[in-house]
Amino acid sequence: MAVTDAGPATEVAKRPSRLFKNLASKIAAVPMVLVALVIFVGCTIWTIYHSFTRSRLLPAPEKWVGLDNYERLWGENRWLISIENLAIYGFCSLTLSLTIGFVLAALLDRKIRFENTIRTIILYPFALSFVVTGLAWQWILNPQLGLQNVVRSWGWESFAFDPLNNAEIVIFGILIAGIWQGSGFVMVLLLAGMRGIDEDIWKASRVEGIPAWKTYIFIVIPMMRPVFVTAIVIIASGIIKVYDLVVAQTSGGPGIASEVPAKYVIEKMFFSQNLGLGFAASTMMLLSVLVVLIPWAYLEFGGKKNG
Amino acid sequence: MADATTNAVTEARGPKPRRVFSSTNIIIYGTLLVVCLYYLLPLYVMIVTSLKGMPEIRLGNIFSPPVEVTFQPWVKAWSEACTGINWDGLSRGFWNSVQILVPSVIVSIAVASVSGYALVNWRFKGSEAFFTILIFGAFIPYQVMIYPIVIILRDTGGFIGDVTGTNFRLMGSIWGLVIVHTIFGMPILTLLFRNYFTSVPEELFKAARVDGAGFWGIYFKIMLPMSLPIFVVAMILQVTGIWNDFLFGVIYTKPETYPMTVQLNNIVNSVQGVKEYNVNMAATLLTGLVPLTIYFISGRLFVRGIAAGAVKG
Amino acid sequence: MGNTTTHADIEFEMPAASKQSVSVSVKDLDLRFGSLQVLKNLNLDIHEGEFLVLLGSSGCGKSTLLNCIAGLLEISDGQIFIKGRNVTWEEPSERGIGMVFQSYALYPQMTVEGNMSFGLKNAGLPKSEISERVSRASEILQIEPLMKRKPAALSGGQRQRVAIGRALVRDVDVFLFDEPLSNLDAKLRADLRVELKQLHQRIENTMIYVTHDQVEAMTLADRIAIMKDGIIQQLASPDEIYSKPANLYVADFIGSPAMNLLKGVVANGTFTAHGVSVPLSGYDFEKPFEGPAWFGIRPEHVAIGDAANASDTQLTVKAEVVDPLGSDTLVMARLSDERFWLRISGQSKVKIGDELKIGFSAVDASLFDQSTEIRL
Repeated sequence: MAVTDAGPATEVAKRPSRLFKNLASKIAAVPMVLVALVIFVGCTIWTIYHSFTRSRLLPAPEKWVGLDNYERLWGENRWLISIENLAIYGFCSLTLSLTIGFVLAALLDRKIRFENTIRTIILYPFALSFVVTGLAWQWILNPQLGLQNVVRSWGWESFAFDPLNNAEIVIFGILIAGIWQGSGFVMVLLLAGMRGIDEDIWKASRVEGIPAWKTYIFIVIPMMRPVFVTAIVIIASGIIKVYDLVVAQTSGGPGIASEVPAKYVIEKMFFSQNLGLGFAASTMMLLSVLVVLIPWAYLEFGGKKNG
Repeated sequence: MADATTNAVTEARGPKPRRVFSSTNIIIYGTLLVVCLYYLLPLYVMIVTSLKGMPEIRLGNIFSPPVEVTFQPWVKAWSEACTGINWDGLSRGFWNSVQILVPSVIVSIAVASVSGYALVNWRFKGSEAFFTILIFGAFIPYQVMIYPIVIILRDTGGFIGDVTGTNFRLMGSIWGLVIVHTIFGMPILTLLFRNYFTSVPEELFKAARVDGAGFWGIYFKIMLPMSLPIFVVAMILQVTGIWNDFLFGVIYTKPETYPMTVQLNNIVNSVQGVKEYNVNMAATLLTGLVPLTIYFISGRLFVRGIAAGAVKG
Repeated sequence: MGNTTTHADIEFEMPAASKQSVSVSVKDLDLRFGSLQVLKNLNLDIHEGEFLVLLGSSGCGKSTLLNCIAGLLEISDGQIFIKGRNVTWEEPSERGIGMVFQSYALYPQMTVEGNMSFGLKNAGLPKSEISERVSRASEILQIEPLMKRKPAALSGGQRQRVAIGRALVRDVDVFLFDEPLSNLDAKLRADLRVELKQLHQRIENTMIYVTHDQVEAMTLADRIAIMKDGIIQQLASPDEIYSKPANLYVADFIGSPAMNLLKGVVANGTFTAHGVSVPLSGYDFEKPFEGPAWFGIRPEHVAIGDAANASDTQLTVKAEVVDPLGSDTLVMARLSDERFWLRISGQSKVKIGDELKIGFSAVDASLFDQSTEIRL
C-alpha cells in the first residue's frame, strides 16, 4: 500500500490525501491534541498574559500594567506568609516523607512476615481525600478534647500540643496530616525501586561481609537515584498543589497563619474577584514548578544524549 | 576430645537455629508495630468518636472506646446535617458525587485509552510532541489553568444552549465537571494506556491490519479484550481520584450539585451552631468509605495503578 | 573418592583417608522450599586446588548448590565444610570464599578500584595492605589501566575481570563462579575461558564453577559433576564423563551431536537390535548382564569406508542429511529405525543418498540397562 511520501500533487490525484489517510485515528487523537494545545499550552499562556493586565473582573477592558500585579503581590503580607508556609511545609514534607518512606521500605524489604498486611495499613491513608485527612487530624489535634487533653488526663498537666490554634506552629499541624497521608505512597515507590535491584548485588555484599545498613547507604541508595528523583518530582509537584488539606484542617487560620499559595490564588480569583493578583500568584506557582521540573527534565532526558 | 565450643561448631548441621526474639527482629517488628499504630490511629479515633454520644465526647478521651454505642450520628450525618443551605445531610452530596463519578470515569477512560492506542499504533506526525506536552501538563499547577477553563465552559455551554434553544449550561453543571475531570485525568491515564499497549506485540496489530481490520475494529476486537486488567487499574485510579476531588468541585459546580467532599467540608467547618464532633466524624467516615472500600478490595491493583502512574514520567 | 559414612563423629578421619586434602566438603545436603525438594541428600568432596565444574541444564540445582556452599541460601539439612572447618552456620563472609556472579554485581557508582577495595575497607584492613592486594590482583588480571573507571564505562569482558578481581583481593582459598561467562558473546567467552584456566594454574586455588555450557565444562574442569533434579549424576574427569558416562542421561547430555543410542537386547555376549548385531567380547562389563539394554556409540567412533573393515560390526547405511562444518562433516543416516549420526572428515565428499559402509566396535561403546538406565 501507499507507504511512500506523497509526491507532487499532480501525480497523486487518485491517491487519498495524506491528511485523510487513517482518518479515524486522527479524529481519535483530537481530544489529546485539544487538551495539550488549548488547555495546557493555551490556558497557561492566557493566564500568564493576563497577569500583566489590570483585570478586576472579566470581561472588562484589559489594560496592560506591566509588573504592577507582581509588585502588589510581593507587597502583600498574606502572600508572603503563604510563600513562607509553602517553603517550610515543602522542605519538611520532602525530607520527612523521603526518610520515613525509605526506612519503611527498607524494613519491609527485609523479607518480613505480614508484609502485605503492613503495607496495606501504611498505604491506606493515601486512598483518602485531603478533606477527610484534614478533618480527621483537626479532630485529633483539637485542644479541648483531642490528643492534648488525653495526655493531660494521664497526669502530664503541662503538656501543650495545640498546633492548630497556634500561629507559630500551625503549619506543622498540617505537616503531620500531610505526612500521614502521603508517606505510604513514597514507601511503595521506593520499595518497588528496591526490589528492582539485582539480587546478585546483595549476594556480593554478603560475601564481602558488608553489613545491611552499609549496603543500603553506600550501594542501594546510589543505585536508586532515578527512583528518588521520580519520587522527589512527584512529592514536590504535590506540595505546590496543597490546597484541600489546608482548607479542611484550618481554613487558613488561625487568622492567615496557615495560608498557602494554592489557596491564595483560588480566593483571589473566585472570592475576592481580584483576578490580576490571582493570575500573578498562579504564574508564580508555575515558575516554582519549572524550577523543579526543568532540572529534572534535563537530568532525565538531556542526560540520555550523553550516553 | 574437643572442648565444648568446638564441639558445638563441628555439630552445626542443617539450618542455623534462629532466635525468634533476636535484637534485629525486635527492632524491625517493634518499629513496624509503632508505625502501624500511628497509621491506624486516626481511623480508630474517627470510628470510636462517630459511635459516641456528645455528652460522652465532652467528658471522655478521644481514644477510649464508646461506653454506649449509638448510630444516631451516622443517621444524622447522612440525612439531617446542615450543609450550609440545606438540611438534608450528606446524602445529597453522595448522590451528586455518584452522578459526577460515573460519567467522568467512563468518559475519561474512554478518551484516554483511545488516545493511548492511537499513540502506540497509529502514530502521526507530531503525536509524540503532543504526548510530551500532555505529560508536562500534568505538572502545571491547576491554578494556572482554572480560570480560562471557567471562561471556556461558560462560553461553549452558553453557545450550545443558545443554538439548541435550551438552557443548557456547562459551567456549574455536572457535565462541565465531567469535562474537567477528563482533561486532568488525561496525562496519567494516557501514559498508563500507552505503556500498556506498547507491551502488546506489534505483530498482532499488523496481522489484524493485513486481515483488513481498521482503527476501531482493532481497538474493540483486539486491544480492548487484551487489556482488561489495565482498564481495571485505570478505573480504580479514576474512581478514587474523582471521588476525592475537592478543588474542581468547589469551582465548577453550584451548591446544589456540590460533590460529597465539598459538602463534608461545609458541614464540619460551618461556623454556625454547636459542633457535633460525632456527626462530623460519621460524615468524614462516610465520605472516606468509597475510596477505602475500593482500596481494600483492589489491594495489589491499587498499588500497581499508583506505581504505574508514577514510576515513568 | 571416599563416599564418607554419614556418622558425624568420624568426620575428621576422612581427610586423612583420601590422598589429597579436601578443600570443600558437602555432606548429606538437603534443600527444600516448602514441599519442593531442590537438593536431595547430596555429598561432594572437592580437593585442594581442584577446578570442579557443576554442569547441568537449567533448573537442575547447580546454582542452588553453589549458593548453599556460599551460605547465601540456608540449607534444610546436612553440613558444609571448608578447609576442614564446619561452616554450616557461618555467614558467607566468614567462610573464606570469593564469588563471581553472572550479572557481575559490580557496584555501579564506585570505580573499579572502589569496587575491589570496598569489602577490604569494610573489614578494617590497613590502607597499605588494601592497596597492595588491589594492585596485585589488578596486575594478575591486567586491569591496571581501568582502575579509575566506573563499571558503566567498561565492556562486558572488562567488567567480568573486575568482578573476578573483587573476589581475588579477598585472599581466600575457594572461589565460586556462578555462570560467569554466560552474559558474554561467543568470542569473548572463549578468550576469558582461556584466561580463567591460566589464572587457576597460576594461583592454584580451589574453584567451583557453575555452567550449562559443555565446552566450558570440558575445557576448564579437573572434574565435572553433572547434575539433574538436584542429584549428582556423575562426578568424574571430563575424559571419563565423555568416554564412560555413568548413565543414559549423562551419555545423552554430553557431546554434540549426542551419542547414537540403539534399543535392543543383550544375550549370549551379543547386542541385538533391529537390523544390527554387535559382538560384545571387547566390552568391559561392570558385572555380567543379560536383558534389554541401550547400546550407545559416539558419532566419531563410527569408522567409515575401508577403515570399517577392522571393526567388530560392519553395515551399510544411506546418507540422509549431510552437514558440512568445515573441519569435519556430520552425516545423518538411519539404523534400526533411529537417527544415526556419523562424524567424518571434512575432506570426504559424501552426498545425500550415498551408500556408506560403516563399522564400530563394542570397545568404544557404552551399554545401559533399559530399566535402571545405569551403565553396564
